[in-house]
Amino acid sequence: MSDIRFTDQHEWVRVDGDIATIGISDYAQEQLGDVVFVELPEVGKELAAGDEAAVVESVKAASEVYSPVSGEIVDVNGDIEATPAGVNEDAMGDGWFIKLRLSNPGELDKLMDEAAYSEFVEGLQ
Amino acid sequence: MRYLPLTETDRREMLGVIGAKSVDELFRDVPESARREGLVDLPRRKGELEVERIFSRMAAKNVAAGSAPFFVGGGAYRHHVPAAVDHLIQRSEFLTSYTPYQPEIAQGTLQYLFEFQTQVAMITGMDVANASMYDASTGCGEAVLMAHRVTKRRKAVLSGTLHPQYSAVVKNLSDFAGYKLEIMAPALPDTVEDIISHITDETSCVVVQTPGFFGELHDLRPIAEAAHAKGALLIAVVPEIVSLGAVTPPGEMGADIVVAEGQSIGNGLNFGGPYVGLFATREKYVRQMPGRLCGETVDADGKRGFVLTLSTREQHIRREKATSNICTNSGLCCLAFTIHMSLLGEDGYAQLARINHAAAVSLAEKLASVPGVEILNKAFFNEFTMRLPKPAAEVVDALADKGVLGGVPASRLLPGVKGVEDLLIVASTEINTDADRAAYQAALKEVL
Amino acid sequence: MSGMNKQGRPTSIGGGSAEGARETFTGNKALQVEEPLLFELDNPGACGVDLDEPAEFTSHLGNFERQGQIGLARVSEPEVVRHFVRLSSKNYSIDAGLYPLGSCTMKHNPRLNEKVARLPGIGDVHPLQPQKTVQGALELMHELSHWLKELTGMPGVALSPKAGAHGELCGMMAIRAALTARGEGEQRTRVLVPESAHGTNPATAALLGYKVDAIPATKEGRVDLEAFKSKLGPDVAAIMLTNPNTCGLFERDIVAIADAVHEVGAYFYCDGANFNAIVGRVRPGDLGVDAMHINLHKTFSTPHGGGGPGAGPVVFSEALAPFAPLPYVVHDKDGFRLVETEDEASADGTQPFGRMTAFHGQMGMFVRALSYMLSHGSDGLRQVAEDAVLNANYVLASLKDDLSAPFEGPCMHEALFDDRFLKGTGIETLDFAKAMIDEGYHPMTMYFPLVVHGALLIEPTETESKQAVDLFIATLKDLARAARSNDKDRFTGAPYMSPRRRLDETAAARRPVLRWAPPAPAQAAE
Repeated sequence: MSDIRFTDQHEWVRVDGDIATIGISDYAQEQLGDVVFVELPEVGKELAAGDEAAVVESVKAASEVYSPVSGEIVDVNGDIEATPAGVNEDAMGDGWFIKLRLSNPGELDKLMDEAAYSEFVEGLQ
Repeated sequence: MRYLPLTETDRREMLGVIGAKSVDELFRDVPESARREGLVDLPRRKGELEVERIFSRMAAKNVAAGSAPFFVGGGAYRHHVPAAVDHLIQRSEFLTSYTPYQPEIAQGTLQYLFEFQTQVAMITGMDVANASMYDASTGCGEAVLMAHRVTKRRKAVLSGTLHPQYSAVVKNLSDFAGYKLEIMAPALPDTVEDIISHITDETSCVVVQTPGFFGELHDLRPIAEAAHAKGALLIAVVPEIVSLGAVTPPGEMGADIVVAEGQSIGNGLNFGGPYVGLFATREKYVRQMPGRLCGETVDADGKRGFVLTLSTREQHIRREKATSNICTNSGLCCLAFTIHMSLLGEDGYAQLARINHAAAVSLAEKLASVPGVEILNKAFFNEFTMRLPKPAAEVVDALADKGVLGGVPASRLLPGVKGVEDLLIVASTEINTDADRAAYQAALKEVL
Repeated sequence: MSGMNKQGRPTSIGGGSAEGARETFTGNKALQVEEPLLFELDNPGACGVDLDEPAEFTSHLGNFERQGQIGLARVSEPEVVRHFVRLSSKNYSIDAGLYPLGSCTMKHNPRLNEKVARLPGIGDVHPLQPQKTVQGALELMHELSHWLKELTGMPGVALSPKAGAHGELCGMMAIRAALTARGEGEQRTRVLVPESAHGTNPATAALLGYKVDAIPATKEGRVDLEAFKSKLGPDVAAIMLTNPNTCGLFERDIVAIADAVHEVGAYFYCDGANFNAIVGRVRPGDLGVDAMHINLHKTFSTPHGGGGPGAGPVVFSEALAPFAPLPYVVHDKDGFRLVETEDEASADGTQPFGRMTAFHGQMGMFVRALSYMLSHGSDGLRQVAEDAVLNANYVLASLKDDLSAPFEGPCMHEALFDDRFLKGTGIETLDFAKAMIDEGYHPMTMYFPLVVHGALLIEPTETESKQAVDLFIATLKDLARAARSNDKDRFTGAPYMSPRRRLDETAAARRPVLRWAPPAPAQAAE
């Protein structure tokens, strides 16, 4: 789990080779409440770090999910589109949103590691 | 003052609890320069009787539609509204409740909205409908913005079939929002090929009204086909909802969004408002739809109930990212629509439409026999256009002097457009009797 | 990610023990009757109208004749009446009880207004009749315009906007038109909106392509004047400000704000949702406002009708008045005249920006609002503002030690509380509000404005008696006491006694069911 990185907007990214998997943090899903809808981008789209990648909605909030890193989308999680509850159940695992082929792995260094993110979240409460 | 329950004693006691000497102290945050000491220069309070007299005096200066042979349409139609409708919508629980934000104590409103949405979806032949818009004209504007979101294109084509004031509303919104628009010239009778020729790869939607502004029924099928082939949407506009009791609904002719004016069912003329905009679309576009939506769910005891749903589309949550800035629907007008439509039911709705069509056919035959009058329509429902040997605006004025409200001169809504000065748009509904039509025929003969 | 759950409220059904009420055979509870959907009452052959067969005629429908059934329910008049009467019994209403929804102004709706709106010479008039046959209708619009202009101290008015949000759009369009007319339409791209604003404000600005720039609030719940000034510049088109603001407070610096806005060549849009607090006492024109919509369904008592129809006329300053949209009414020697076209307008010396709606606006609401104004008069309207503010301050003063108030009074027409008083109780604002339903009250506005945590916004209005407000205060005191004394079930499972208990909004949004559909036909027997 040590290869996981976080943004201050509560997205996480986990890297395997040159493929990055991206989702929202457990803290984020808890804050949102029951997720009722997820809108995912098309495979093949190029994203720069900070671009809007997806939309996640609960009954009372709609949030944009921004890509923490740059790259081309190679896969999206159709399961959470069909069953948005999956985001609440396993935000850090099966509830992932998109997979990217990294175009600039150096961007990862700017993100928080797990310990820093935990501290960051604690500061919010 | 009869509407204000606080007495001077109450006010004194309350100021005591607050710890203020006078009510002026409560307004101390108002900058001194803006505090008004005296009364605004307007009349003082009045009793019920006096207020009623004032309105009766104003009312007497109008010719009520029901007091004369009446044939005016052009987007608002006079129909008979069953007595039960007005009685029921005046029940306190409907009339004086707010938007159903607390669903546990607003199931009455929510259930009729669900029934309204179902009725609208059924009669337009679409999958889903929202809980109404302000009216059809603003609904048109919202439909075009929705088509832009769906297609991710920014150019709409407004056909010449569209009510000119609806076009003006869409144009205003598009201009300010920075979208492109192509507005076709008004044309009669047949414009289908012409409309199709305007659809390109850049077109987000094409807006076609049926019955059109001149009363003509239009075939949407080839237009839908052409639009879809270019990746564009077809927005169908229905200005007279009674028509769908007799004619093929837009949903069966390939429309992607249907906007309709629901005033005819349950709602009076009211000099132009409030009316009720109907808005329906395909299931796949529901998240791009503007306006409130009511959905079915269950409560904590597992009982069926209704809530406002998919509200993340709306302004109070999405703020600057909302699908629309609208937060009101046309609540009580959609209740009136729902009740009237419930009274009509399957058979009554079809029969009402049949009677309307028969009334218009009969009127067209009578007026066509007046020398110099030419009926221009091929297919129409309860409204048609005739060419007169004189400017229509003058004719309508002369008819009014003879006690007949004879229709809408096309030039009133198409100022400056050439070739429409002699066109008069005439509607006939179930309210017209044979005597009304005979009176019109006689008056028109005299005026021409 | 952006924008977490700003309303901070649970979205699925809460806990709480089930009610121990006696079950009935019907599921009804005395006067509370379960009512099926209209479509479930379908009875083929029944009909609620009697319509005769027309005389023989030749169809002119071309090949557009409808084929097949629509699916509408067939029901007689008594059944329709009963259906809707039963539905009505499931609604709360201002006629039945205090309705303290902050920022909504749920005041008494006089029935006189309903009566005059139904006079045939007013309700039964077509918008496109010849103008000489509608002189009374035009006079009515002209008279309403006069009252609105006098009450606001503003010289221009547009009656046609259909509701508050539509009025906002109209006001901002006039601002854009005025900027464009002086060649600054392109350069001014930003609109300043306080964080505490109604959601419609940023939505309206964004619809017109403006970049929305949020202004922070001070600890006193007002616009941070310094932060605001630092955001001003030659690219600012307007500020959109609600006054009194959504915290129920008068913006003390409003004149300074207006001056600063005008100094950089921008305009001041005021959201007039809270005009009820100041009508007859303060004129927005005297504060430097350039455009303001007026919700006739709030300040001027036209019924909310379960969510509309509303009406949102806009008043304009001298600078914006010439850009007001079509149509408008003028009065000259020949009587009243409707200016409907650009040609007529330019002859009249104005430059309308366009048209907001077909026809002339919400006439039905104009009548009711004018009836309300004439009934009150200048003296009564001033009393309206004073009593509304008095009632709200009385609530604030009476409850500030039981609930928690984020800002010092005096407030204007509404009293704002936050959820600090619930800290440690395990009860949230939503639960507290739902418990009010069991006590026979409609909850106050919750979780708005967003600048306060777990907001509870109470607007009693001027049409509540002291006795009614006293009972309301006593009820909230009792609820606050119960919350502190760990009577948690009273809240988290509430409401227990309403026609429905908490509804599952999550399920509704995950699998939207937006219409009734006939049950799937049973499979034919082999």
